[in-house]
Amino acid sequence: MTRPTPFHSRTFPLNQGQRWEDWEGFLTATMYGLDSLMEYNALRLGCGLLDVSPLHKYEVRGPDAQAMLQRMVVRNLAPSKPGRGFYTVWCNDHGKVVDDGAVFHIAEDHFRLTSTLPSLEWLIDNSVGFDACIEDVSEEIAGLSLQGPTSRDLLQKLTDIDLSALKFWHSRQADVCGSPALISRSGYTGDLGFEIFLEAAAAERVWDGVMSLASDYKLRPCGLLALDMARIEAGLLQIDVEFTSAKQTLFEVQTISPLELGLGWMCKLDGDFFIGRNALLEERAEGRSRWNTVGIELDVTHIERAFREFGMPLHLPEQSWNEAIPIYADVGQEKLIGRGTSGMWSPLLKKYIAIARIEPQYARIGSRFFIEEVVEAKTFSIPATVVRMPFFDPPRKRG
Amino acid sequence: MTETHDAIVIGGGHNGLTCAAYLAKAGKKVLVLERRHVLGGAAVTEELHPGFKYSVCSYVVSLLRPEVIRELDLGKHGLQVCPQEFVYLPMDNGDRLITHGDPHLTRQEFRRFSKQDADRAEQFEDMMYRMAFAIKPILGYTPPNFGSPSLGDLSMLREFTGHLQGLGKDTFHQLTKIITMSADDFVGEFFETPIIRAMHSLSGVIGTMLGPKSPGTAYVLLHHYMGDLDGAFSAWGAQKGGTGMVSQAIASAAREYGAELRVSAPVAQVIVKNGSAVGVALENGDEFYAKTIVTGCDPHVSFRKIVDEKELPGEFVRAIDKFKYRGSSGKVNLSLDGLPKFTGMEDPRFLAGAIDICPSPEYVERAYDDAKYGGFSKRPAMEICIPSITDPTMAPPGKHMMSIFVQYCSYDMDQHGDRDQQREAMGEAVIDTVEEFCPNIKDLILHKQVLTPWDIEQTIGLTEGNIFQGELTLDQLFFARPTPGYAKYKTPIRNYWQCGSGTHPGGGIMGMPGRLAARAILGGKIST
Repeated sequence: MTRPTPFHSRTFPLNQGQRWEDWEGFLTATMYGLDSLMEYNALRLGCGLLDVSPLHKYEVRGPDAQAMLQRMVVRNLAPSKPGRGFYTVWCNDHGKVVDDGAVFHIAEDHFRLTSTLPSLEWLIDNSVGFDACIEDVSEEIAGLSLQGPTSRDLLQKLTDIDLSALKFWHSRQADVCGSPALISRSGYTGDLGFEIFLEAAAAERVWDGVMSLASDYKLRPCGLLALDMARIEAGLLQIDVEFTSAKQTLFEVQTISPLELGLGWMCKLDGDFFIGRNALLEERAEGRSRWNTVGIELDVTHIERAFREFGMPLHLPEQSWNEAIPIYADVGQEKLIGRGTSGMWSPLLKKYIAIARIEPQYARIGSRFFIEEVVEAKTFSIPATVVRMPFFDPPRKRG
Repeated sequence: MTETHDAIVIGGGHNGLTCAAYLAKAGKKVLVLERRHVLGGAAVTEELHPGFKYSVCSYVVSLLRPEVIRELDLGKHGLQVCPQEFVYLPMDNGDRLITHGDPHLTRQEFRRFSKQDADRAEQFEDMMYRMAFAIKPILGYTPPNFGSPSLGDLSMLREFTGHLQGLGKDTFHQLTKIITMSADDFVGEFFETPIIRAMHSLSGVIGTMLGPKSPGTAYVLLHHYMGDLDGAFSAWGAQKGGTGMVSQAIASAAREYGAELRVSAPVAQVIVKNGSAVGVALENGDEFYAKTIVTGCDPHVSFRKIVDEKELPGEFVRAIDKFKYRGSSGKVNLSLDGLPKFTGMEDPRFLAGAIDICPSPEYVERAYDDAKYGGFSKRPAMEICIPSITDPTMAPPGKHMMSIFVQYCSYDMDQHGDRDQQREAMGEAVIDTVEEFCPNIKDLILHKQVLTPWDIEQTIGLTEGNIFQGELTLDQLFFARPTPGYAKYKTPIRNYWQCGSGTHPGGGIMGMPGRLAARAILGGKIST
């Protein structure tokens, strides 16, 4: 049975088509209007408001909080100071990704970790020997994500802190609509945006406060479909799409390492020990990575040609897709070298983009191969080229 | 001062810029000379009241061709079109009609007026889609020369005939109807509800000095469905920051390919030597020389103003003089202190699209009657957009920018009195009519800009203020645009080419004349 989030009394009447989906057991809007594209547009033109309460949230407190988290996640937390935040994945001892989330350094001995999957047991198991106290606050804390070019101007009207001083991936305790909250300059859209964590009891008041400024700042509540389009443009990975948690896979072949996910940049392999480090060092030293995860661009003129074969005009998907699509080295589809994991026609970039998992030798920028496209039940090979990811990276994200 | 280039483009409108971008992409050293202080021609954004951006003339993007977007990588250069979600049509009796992006909701709305119309709506849309698909290839062809067709012309005609045969006879028969009928008669074959008929036939008369009951207007309807055909690629809507940003995106692409773009550089004369264009002279006396001179101006400006008639054959001059402009549309742009409230509007979000003031076909036809003999409509048909509802860059928070496209307003208003008085009276007629459907409008106005076709001619340089650089009627399209024998972007003067909307396939922010002209100049090849 899916449960309501703390914002449900507000999101329910806004959901015109009653389009909901299950996110970790919570009712989450797929879209609020009848066309997710308008929500996507709001994210890129004004701003979008997302209920991210289903994220799991944990408080980690104590003198060893940082050391304990440092041992758990792949990212180097040594430069961390209160007010910093990090996106990171964490691995099992075989160097395979278990989950991803954010680490917020709230006070000297106080961190908050968000995760996609329930992580209390993982945290407790990994806290043995550390002087740290772990508390699951998933139910007590609600999450809102406010994303888009006007998000800062809007939120500034509702808070007592100066948001222009809050840098990318920094966070601060603040008053939002009269309630204490943690505001973090982060999000899942690759744009200027903020995540607001607040007491569940204050959820409705904060939602109402944000929505009262909707027309002035061109805000729309957004569902997961619009968010998926934004995160693909931002080159951000999605669990169960780009990777499966090693906790949930039954077979080795289904697991993936951070190096294979294109996250080598965040793994501090030469620093202190973390779980999975030794396996990752071996993977790197022996060149054992099976995959690399890259951004690709599909050649639309070839898709148009495929449609023309049936006397039809080009039709491009209006929503993003999240499924494994075969990628071949050759047009004849003999040599399978990977898969597209998610993709979309980007209305903003006017390009057909996708995130792909391919064999490392095909991963350099400019490398070309073929991805499968089915038109009228006929299979076509569409040329695709490796391009830089994120596909969309506006200066305002950090500026 | 003299400088040499491979090509000089006269006029920095969206087609001139498009042509320049393609030429520069092909490695040519290109110079664009724009008369005004700002690039874009009629696709221009100007901040005429502090904090408020006006899409001064052209206000909606729908026809911009996918190949232009793709080949010039306009997404990277800032093209960002926000689709229109609704069309909102207030009625005389206080009711309203709303069409939604969702076909089921539109159907439900139509059912309030006529169950039969609700059923026919989908049939109509499908048929228009098929017809748009039928004629769409024409947009991509360089028009053939029927007098003396070349091998390329013949193969293009064969290809197109094959394409038409593949459509089936029903579509073909509908196509012959839409080419010959009036918009209202054509739409009337499907719908009985006056406001539904008026909504469709309004797009048939936009930019044309004809009424919805004039034969030939049905065809213009079809132009509007071309944008739909490209679905996700193009999108029908408002460009972020106003339509001027479309021009800026194309300009940015042109600059990246190496083109030099100069504003406040009015061309006085094309320099012709021994029947060949060799350069241009600016009004300030500066001269620039190039192997190729391209004009993005309309045919009248291109051949009757900046070229000496002696360089042109008499019959060509006569044909150019017969080319019809007859600007029929005015524009009123308003800065508003808040969101206006329209009749029957229970939810302001329905204003995030187009608001069409055309309660019945008769209303539109009467508006035409007023302007037919000069003057302007006392109760004009209007298309209103409030882009600031979705685009935060158009107006300060809580304030709004309203664009009112006014049909009809004739070029010869001075026959009826002093131009300034006429302009003032036209602006008042527009605001008074808007007030009938939007009672609080007058309290909200902070600043007003009124443009008659004459003003459009004076500021933008479009002859008689025609927004398409010449009427989009069948006698002035395809191989007859601007005149038979010269529809292939060439002119009677060697090395003098045309690339504006006065050439095939015509007006609207399409970019196709610019692209096809560049292709012709480059000998049939452009890099894609």
